[in-house]
Amino acid sequence: MATTTFAWIVLLCPLVGTILIGGSFKVLKGRTAGVIGTAVIGLAFAFAIATLISLLGHGPQQRELTSSVWDYARTLNIDARMSILVDPLSVFMMLVVTGVSMLIHLYSVAYMASDRGYTRFFAYLNFFVFSMLLLVLAANFILLIAGWAFVGAASYMLISFWYRRTTATKAGLKAFVINVVGDVGLVLGTFFIFGHTGTVDFVKTFHTVPHVFVRDSPDLVAGAMFLLVGAFAKSAQVPLHTWLPDAMEGPTPVSALIHAATMVTAGVYIIARMHVIFELAPAAADVGAIIGGATLLIAASIGLVVTDLKRVIAYSTMSQIGYMVMAVSVGAYSAGLYHLMTHAFFKALLFMAAGSVISAMGGVQSLDRMGGFRKAMPFTFGAFLIGGLALCGLPPFSGWLSKDDIIGFLDHRGGGFLILGVVGYVGTLMTAIYTFRMIFRTFFGEPVPEARELQEGHLHHVDVPVNPANGEVEELDVGFPGPEHHIAERAMPMKVAMSGLALLAIVGGVAQVPGVDHALSSFLDTTFADSTIIRDEHSTSAAWIGLIIGAAIALAGIGIAYRVWVVAPGTSAKLIERFAPIHKFLINKWYFDEAIDFLIVRPTLWFGRFGNTAIERVLVAGVITGGTVSIVRACGALVRRAQTGFLRYYAAAVLAGITLTALYFLITSS
Amino acid sequence: MAIGWYLVVSALIFAIGAAGVLTRRNPLVILLCLELMLNAANLALVAFARMHGNADGQIFALIVMVVAACEVTVGLGLIVAMYRRKLPIDVDELNELNG
Repeated sequence: MATTTFAWIVLLCPLVGTILIGGSFKVLKGRTAGVIGTAVIGLAFAFAIATLISLLGHGPQQRELTSSVWDYARTLNIDARMSILVDPLSVFMMLVVTGVSMLIHLYSVAYMASDRGYTRFFAYLNFFVFSMLLLVLAANFILLIAGWAFVGAASYMLISFWYRRTTATKAGLKAFVINVVGDVGLVLGTFFIFGHTGTVDFVKTFHTVPHVFVRDSPDLVAGAMFLLVGAFAKSAQVPLHTWLPDAMEGPTPVSALIHAATMVTAGVYIIARMHVIFELAPAAADVGAIIGGATLLIAASIGLVVTDLKRVIAYSTMSQIGYMVMAVSVGAYSAGLYHLMTHAFFKALLFMAAGSVISAMGGVQSLDRMGGFRKAMPFTFGAFLIGGLALCGLPPFSGWLSKDDIIGFLDHRGGGFLILGVVGYVGTLMTAIYTFRMIFRTFFGEPVPEARELQEGHLHHVDVPVNPANGEVEELDVGFPGPEHHIAERAMPMKVAMSGLALLAIVGGVAQVPGVDHALSSFLDTTFADSTIIRDEHSTSAAWIGLIIGAAIALAGIGIAYRVWVVAPGTSAKLIERFAPIHKFLINKWYFDEAIDFLIVRPTLWFGRFGNTAIERVLVAGVITGGTVSIVRACGALVRRAQTGFLRYYAAAVLAGITLTALYFLITSS
Repeated sequence: MAIGWYLVVSALIFAIGAAGVLTRRNPLVILLCLELMLNAANLALVAFARMHGNADGQIFALIVMVVAACEVTVGLGLIVAMYRRKLPIDVDELNELNG
């Protein structure tokens, strides 16, 4: 079979799964939906591997294949087709998406088992995988925008999955609205580029762009900036990031799959995919790099103080995506994508472990209430620790190699990029501190009652389920989290999924080790062959020095966390007291929500109210429709007097009329 | 015979019919008077047809008779309906459709 045929099958598998599960939700009993959902994604993963093998069979120069099934439109020279692009970048993304999705589906089979919306959950999850694959496989802007919007919709449906939880529905709306801002940016960016190239096809666009645009021409920079708006909204970069922490209202597997491993990396993917455009518009690329660096620091600093376990990991995700956006914006494509891959592994693992802990706590997510779970949940602790060490970037875990690949490239490019490299190191330090703050507060210290109960062999269940976000009492009905909780220690599918990801988080780094191998960058080289930015040629020794510095900084961060939360547990309270204004600033998330509320939401609301009171009520209802109505009414009042209701008057009027008319003609004719 | 006499008779019958429609209050009588007016017109048509020596006017008269028959059917039906619903048989009292 042709390489593209395999890719089509990969795309088709989750679609079939969605339709199958969604269509037969009434007859699927027990865990059937979960098994079907996991099986189709497993099949997709198998075919993704087949695509990879088949693609490797081509020579390095022939690894850019497109396949088209039908034309959408051929008017006005728009070449909109249902076509996919199979090249190393899309195959790489396809493998990451299907691989991680498969394990997260497997985890959800057990984790969501007691939820009344079990079947719906898997239908949504499969739909998400289909949308994401459509996004990464699209061979033209039209299909890319379709996939882009689909993943936004899937994200909305899954954040609001517990639709009777008020906070969840609000969070879903917020995510959807901000993502639509990104969609609009993407569409406008496409227009700017299409206006000059006259094609929506990727391959043609990338061939035409260098000929029709001069370097940093205004239209190209505008187009690239709009594409960046799309990327920022999807990848939760400042200032369009406020939806991601709120998205943690969704079930934990959703946070792991969509809001950590795959969907939020779409922004990184699109910058890498459009690298030809960004390299011709360095102004826009620099904006991307600076915003990535800023997000990295802002998110990490908030992660230091947030007390909700899942939100800490969410801010960590933002921060790590900041690294990736920075990398692909400055031209470190393979490094950025390398980090994307390892991040998908360890962040999904961290979320899964966090889900297990939250289950053991009976749904409570606050770090203030947790502690001492080390002995009660040894497996979860191990998984969390592996994920945490990989996130901090400690040898030999995967995050160590991938993060320092990015920073090494920045240092190598020199100049202003050195500042970004330093930002990266500061981020490493903060990452280590907040990660181990989580670990120490959750697993170390005095065991909380829930942990003791679990040690005695009984899983804690709350008597009255409450919403962890606002304390509202909830029922155990459909639209709310299920009554039972599942922890990794007792559920085989969860254990298997977490073990798989833990293994990948440890050994995922072998894809690229300085001085040893560069499998990933040489594989991706076909896609980025036309890059004009210097290649990753810095010496092996320099790379290893960078790796050692990175590891040392991470160790220092862990040491600080150990000092603050284990050796002297009162230190953090003292620090909060001493730096109260800073703590207040951080705990309020740099006041981004308030700023957006003040600058955008309130003026919009005010304008809406003004439109209602001044324009709608006065101009439209008062003058336009009201004026017409009163004119018609006045005319009606004038002529209604003639309608007496007496038949004889009407008859007389007719007779008189005819007589007068006849007389008139008689007189005029004679 | 001169056409004038026919037209005079026709005009007289028409005037009697019109006066009846305008002055009477019983719908049945109004209907009868309407018939008078129509037949006055028919008389004029037939007279003109004879004068010109062709059949056009006579055919027209026949059509008018058909229309008159239809009109009587509807009118009598309305009167029967009014009677059944115990409504007054008086057109002056049936003036609900005033403005």
